[in-house]
Amino acid sequence: MTSPAQTDTPDIRFENATKRYGDVVAVDSLSLAIDKGEFFSFLGPSGCGKTTSLRLIAGFEQPTEGDVLIGGASMVGTPPHKRPVNMVFQHYALFPHMNVADNVGYGLRQLSPRPPKSEIQKRVDETLELVQLAEYGKRRIWELSGGQQQRVALARALICRPTVLLLDEPLAALDRKLRREMQIELQTLQRDVGITFVLVTHDQEEALSMSDRICIMRDGRIVQSGTPRELYDRPLNRYVADFVGKSNFIPGKIATVNGRSIDIESDGGMLFSCNPSTEQDTYTVGDSASIAVRPELISIGPPGSNAEALGTDVVIPGRIQNRIFLGEHTEYLVSTEKYGEILVLSPKYIESVRGSFERDEDVAIGWKNETALALEDT
Amino acid sequence: MATEASKGRWLTAGLLAPSSIWFLIMLVMPLVVVAIFSFGERAPAGGYTASFTFEQYANLPARLKAFQNTLTLAPLGTVLTLLVAYPLAYYLAVKAPSRWKLALLVLVIVPFWTSLLIRTYAWIFILGGRGIPTLLEFIGIEGVRLINTPTAVVIGIVYIYLPLMVFPIFVSLEKLDKRLLEASNDLGGSPFRTFLQITLPLSIPGMATGCMLVFILLMGEFLIPAILGGGKVFFIGNALVDLFLQSRNWPFGAAVATTLVIIMLVIVSIYMRLMMRVSAHREDVSIM
Repeated sequence: MTSPAQTDTPDIRFENATKRYGDVVAVDSLSLAIDKGEFFSFLGPSGCGKTTSLRLIAGFEQPTEGDVLIGGASMVGTPPHKRPVNMVFQHYALFPHMNVADNVGYGLRQLSPRPPKSEIQKRVDETLELVQLAEYGKRRIWELSGGQQQRVALARALICRPTVLLLDEPLAALDRKLRREMQIELQTLQRDVGITFVLVTHDQEEALSMSDRICIMRDGRIVQSGTPRELYDRPLNRYVADFVGKSNFIPGKIATVNGRSIDIESDGGMLFSCNPSTEQDTYTVGDSASIAVRPELISIGPPGSNAEALGTDVVIPGRIQNRIFLGEHTEYLVSTEKYGEILVLSPKYIESVRGSFERDEDVAIGWKNETALALEDT
Repeated sequence: MATEASKGRWLTAGLLAPSSIWFLIMLVMPLVVVAIFSFGERAPAGGYTASFTFEQYANLPARLKAFQNTLTLAPLGTVLTLLVAYPLAYYLAVKAPSRWKLALLVLVIVPFWTSLLIRTYAWIFILGGRGIPTLLEFIGIEGVRLINTPTAVVIGIVYIYLPLMVFPIFVSLEKLDKRLLEASNDLGGSPFRTFLQITLPLSIPGMATGCMLVFILLMGEFLIPAILGGGKVFFIGNALVDLFLQSRNWPFGAAVATTLVIIMLVIVSIYMRLMMRVSAHREDVSIM
């Protein structure tokens, strides 16, 4: 092959990119490839290096070491205004002295040669239509609601057809319901325009619902990256399991390793059979590890229920300490004698079969062995 | 309910009373007195005798030069001060390292700690025969005369009024959201174009405030032309000093003063309207 196939070149590549501010390492030798047309998310708590990673792509920061490539070309030394990427800023950063149409058309007016007025007008109208703000061109920025401002920011970043669209916590300022709507809209939009989206968020629900692939970061490093399902079902360690969704952790020690089944002896004395969370053979007998079980995979029933009645492999007696009604499901906090407090999420239909439980009521909970994961403590 | 509302009204009136009375006595009354005097006649020994005549206003062309000087040098001085102040304010607000910022700001104010009169006198020596002209002779430029020229007056104006212009511009640049500059950069705007399209328009409020402050004060200026103009560059302020204190022609002085107030009112209201249009309905903009 003389020319590299388009689809083989990832849109963005980090090659051992490191960013230091004095003694603080914000991004620590990051290596990562983001494919063309992918919806990719950086997920992590504040200070984990996700925003710095995004700013390295945008060009607001230059790597102290290593390289950042866009479309196969090294971007070191290239200023932001010469990069083929555009960004949606956290608080939108819309220009207050321009109306909606002028904000959206800003990127086109910077091109040289500058496109003719009619051409700019046409593209602005098209882009406003794309984000469902067709009639809003003449409006002033502060006349718009938060959701509308969000769309203007989106239109402004999309109008130049960047190869990559960067989104820095784009939905953080919106209320919950609007956020859900915008998540769906963003996803649809990404499919329609076919541009690579790179999202930075601390909201796991946002990352899970929109992304093709997520990279979870901590202290400037990647902890785990994969599809939302991989991260949810096969978290590499406690940090990921805790960050993506909710999870119960029962501490213990690895007792036996037997192929695809790992037995962990809990500190409470009981032996739990778990699935490994990685393909790698990293489990050593005697190491401390946790049994991780997602609350929605735990079954709850009346006291004295046996495994058969619960439909599980494990049965643990407990008492309801707290009960939160959440509409489509109920959250129970069950205190157990040997394993501490265990969170159980019980869907509405189970309640319709087994009835609901009240505070201070004795219950039995349990789960199937293959739903429990053995996580090493890191 | 009615009593609550009337209580509130009384409270408002009560709280506004001191400032209203102050305003009336200190601002409106003197203006009315001046206006009344301007229609009177000069008493034989100087001062004022009551009368009603437009004679003083008919005499105004006698001071045409002072009006001309003020109406050319005040705008010119304002524009030059703006041109010098903007880069300085920009450096202080945007470029200066944050640990130096406060020290540099204090340096801008330091001249205020010395009397205006003394600072202006100092310029007599800088611009006078043994100052800059001598330095210019060293590099071969001869016969330059600065002191007692309009140039000297304008140089003095820029020097004295610089801090008044720097601060409002500094404030508007300082509060400028830096993310807007990043956004412009991200959308393909080079740093220079970003300055022209984002920074400059968003600092208009600061420039407007600074220009307003400097211009209004310049219209009444008399010290700088008196000292650096050496009686050759005459402002309206100098004419007023002369008329009231030297020739004691109070009615004519009052007529000149009233005319100045009217000219200012016209200029300021046109200016305000213009600024209003520039900042049309912008919530981030205040006129002053």
